[in-house]
Amino acid sequence: MTDTNGRSDTLAPAPPPLSPENAAVITLTRKDFVSDQEVRWCPGCGDYSILAQTQKVMPDFGYPRENIVFISGIGCSGRLPYYMNTYGFHTIHGRAPTLATGLKAARPDLMIWVITGDGDALSIGGNHVIHSMRRNVDIKLIMFNNRIYGLTKGQASPTSEFGKRTKSTPMGSVDTPIIPLTIALAAEASFVARSVDTHTEHLQGTLERAGRHTGSCFVEVLQNCNIFNDGAWRDFTDREVREDRMLVLEHGKPMIFGKDRDKGIRLKGLHPEVVTIGEDGITEADLLVHDEAAEDPYLALMLSRMSYPEFPVPVGVLRAVSRPTHDQLIEEQLASAVAKSGPGDLERVLRGGETWTVD
Amino acid sequence: MTTIKEPEPTISELERVTIRFAGDSGDGMQLTGTQFTRTAAVFGNDISTLPDFPAEIRAPAGSLPGVSGFQISFSSTEIHTPGDQPDVLVAMNPAALKTNVIDLPAGGALIVNSDAFTPQNLNKAAYASNPLTDGSLRAYTLFEIPISTLNERSLDGLDMTSKQKDLTKNFFALGIMFWLYERSMVPTTEWIDQKFSARPVVAEANKRALKAGYAFGETTELFHTHYRVKPAKLAPGTYRNITGNEATALGFLVASRLADRPLFYGSYPITPASDILHQLSGYKTFGVKTFQAEDEIAAIGAAIGASYGGALALTASSGPGIALKTEAMGLAAMVELPLVVVDVQRAGPSTGMPTKNEQADLLQLMFGRNSDSPIPIVAPATPTECFDLAIEAARIALKYMTPVAYLSDAFLATGSEPWRLPNLDDLPHIDVANATDPATFQPYQRDPETLARPWAVPGTPGLEHRVGGLEKADVIGNVSYDPDNHHRMQLLRAAKVAGIARDIPPLEVFGPGSGELLILGWGSTYGAIRSAVEKLHADGRSVAHAHLRHLNPFPANTEEVLRSYHQVLIPEVNLGQLLMLVRARYLIDAIGYDRVRGKPFRIAEIVTEAERILGEAHA
Repeated sequence: MTDTNGRSDTLAPAPPPLSPENAAVITLTRKDFVSDQEVRWCPGCGDYSILAQTQKVMPDFGYPRENIVFISGIGCSGRLPYYMNTYGFHTIHGRAPTLATGLKAARPDLMIWVITGDGDALSIGGNHVIHSMRRNVDIKLIMFNNRIYGLTKGQASPTSEFGKRTKSTPMGSVDTPIIPLTIALAAEASFVARSVDTHTEHLQGTLERAGRHTGSCFVEVLQNCNIFNDGAWRDFTDREVREDRMLVLEHGKPMIFGKDRDKGIRLKGLHPEVVTIGEDGITEADLLVHDEAAEDPYLALMLSRMSYPEFPVPVGVLRAVSRPTHDQLIEEQLASAVAKSGPGDLERVLRGGETWTVD
Repeated sequence: MTTIKEPEPTISELERVTIRFAGDSGDGMQLTGTQFTRTAAVFGNDISTLPDFPAEIRAPAGSLPGVSGFQISFSSTEIHTPGDQPDVLVAMNPAALKTNVIDLPAGGALIVNSDAFTPQNLNKAAYASNPLTDGSLRAYTLFEIPISTLNERSLDGLDMTSKQKDLTKNFFALGIMFWLYERSMVPTTEWIDQKFSARPVVAEANKRALKAGYAFGETTELFHTHYRVKPAKLAPGTYRNITGNEATALGFLVASRLADRPLFYGSYPITPASDILHQLSGYKTFGVKTFQAEDEIAAIGAAIGASYGGALALTASSGPGIALKTEAMGLAAMVELPLVVVDVQRAGPSTGMPTKNEQADLLQLMFGRNSDSPIPIVAPATPTECFDLAIEAARIALKYMTPVAYLSDAFLATGSEPWRLPNLDDLPHIDVANATDPATFQPYQRDPETLARPWAVPGTPGLEHRVGGLEKADVIGNVSYDPDNHHRMQLLRAAKVAGIARDIPPLEVFGPGSGELLILGWGSTYGAIRSAVEKLHADGRSVAHAHLRHLNPFPANTEEVLRSYHQVLIPEVNLGQLLMLVRARYLIDAIGYDRVRGKPFRIAEIVTEAERILGEAHA
């Protein structure tokens, strides 16, 4: 049905989602994603590496530049969109997921990345992270975790250690820290992963996985703030120790770690324990096998709570499951409403129920 | 009660009648009022309604805080308000009587459900003695009707509990009123059939109750007269009854059509704005996307995101929710994206009185953001005008690339009146184009006439750019801390909003174009002011009325209008907010008149105040 101006009674729907499959063959390189803006993070900041890996993986998705949007909140991480030669929106503190939710609902054809930090995502914006994840909004949320407020010059953040002395906590923080991945899992994120700023290859692979996931992604990147919290993660991320102190998760593979690949994770009752292969008759067959696609989140939740020094710190994809996304469900409702009742008739809704005529 | 045999009831013709239904919030008074309203509207009366209900969904039965009321005025001439005082009060219990009888003028008809005047209910309403017997209602024409008993009897044989039967007594009361004012029961019986189609027993009970009430009016000799209010002579056209919230939702739906932009609505439930969400969520066949967010901030954040993506974006709330949205409104002003923020105002501060009326958020919307962050403000004056101003708000937002505040209030939102349906073809198209040319695109290159920046939506090749809350360099849009640039950008943002004055209708005057007194209003005070001025004119007084629909910027001729009168009176349901703006802007010593009682102005209050000022001027 059209009105007298020839316009359809149903407003034009958004164009169909663009995916690597239906996109024209696009050949872009890392350079195409570098904007003309001067990068202004402190020299030595972990953010440089995250930016570089992000720019590097971006051509792999087959999206034209104009269909990619980076949305950030406030904090050092918030500057990243300025450095990406895509569409970008540097929003307000903690609210980037809300803008991303509205943009994705209005424009399912766009690939949307949300760039945030531990304070932005888990303090002021905690509510929005939870709800964007549980709605399975198709966004890739990358949270830079340096366990400190950097842009405001060094106050405790929600991931700062208990007892941490900072400018705002001279006698030590009295707050128990949040475990970001536990929150993401509890919030029903459909993709949950962790990586490290300096582990460039692993970070690239993790961003690549996030970019290819359809649904709500929560990626924690352990990131160093060399000015206000130098060495935040060094105890287990430094080159010399990382193999012994970190567990690289691989789907379908037993959880093995260590320089000599002789350590593993076994389930004892409801708890994980570190065991040595070859000792006390322990073999690979005794170890937990990672299953990122498990329907229930127990394994992922357990992994999210393993921390150094008791355990090696897991990195990689903890959980990747598929369920309908927020924008898909919205579009489906619109389509089914039209299928059931036909396109909207404006004259009819204006009239409402009863009318009467005055001559 | 003894009745004396009298002749057949006579019919008396009245110009206007105001009825108030009052009962427990579980008694269905809003439904009763709505049904009477529909019937009067379809009959062709001009109508105006004032629902008045508590925030508690079901306060303890029979208690004073649990009283819910619905006032309707219907007339054979044009009316602007739901009436200062009811001619008839229907009180379903002692609490309803106690809280409402104060508004009934001496001689007014008082219909009470005498069954409800039990010692227990009298006690709940804090009556020391029974008002039906202690003579305290002597001033009124009292009709004591055992509504509960009569109603239950009419439902004999239906498979329902006594409690279920009692729930239909509001229809018995409605039936009495239908008889008293010569109304057809057909619209209501049709509605009942439709509403309870799955529960035939309930439908039958409600219809029987209605008919029993009607028959009671007809056959008993309680009322000597019944009344006729002829249809009003409204302008030719097709009409429907509509509330302000309904008109608001429809206005934005039509605006999205006029602008060829899909409508996105982000919202968090809040009284009295939630009905806009309910209504828009039913427009899925039009492609309207509604988003019930986790909080007020997410609601506006999502709307800004949708606007960034090219949609006509809308968020709505009431004062407390607007307070939460203010930072994001500042962001929208900074990134200069189109957005409409609807504030259905209610009594505050803080949670205040959520279901009661006030128009006290004007300065909040005007100034409630950090730094100088001007945004245009529009305000509908009547429920039907909510439709027109919704389109106007969308037009300004899209044309000027700016957030726009739209100030409705609880009275407009829930009140209703007849609405002459617009001809969609007569409504002007809202022209709004996206930037597409990479050769000329600059994020902050402004249109020379409107000063609007271009709308470059993601998906447009070659226009990749970054926006955000940080100050941007004029034209090119890079982050800038340059002192002169910031000064220039502040002036540009202010000039853009101020310039809208060239693009809005002039302030019109009702009454003499100059003289002693102008009454200036905005928002829902329109009806009371207009009626007061009509009354003053009838009394031979020289008074004019002007009503602002645009509060930022003011219409270009505002100062000229104000200076044409010796005195300017500004009645407001706040403590003088427009007054402050007018005095600051024009250095005009206007006089404020403030009544913040959670209720709309009465006509008589404004008449009295105007007469006082005129009297002083003559003294």
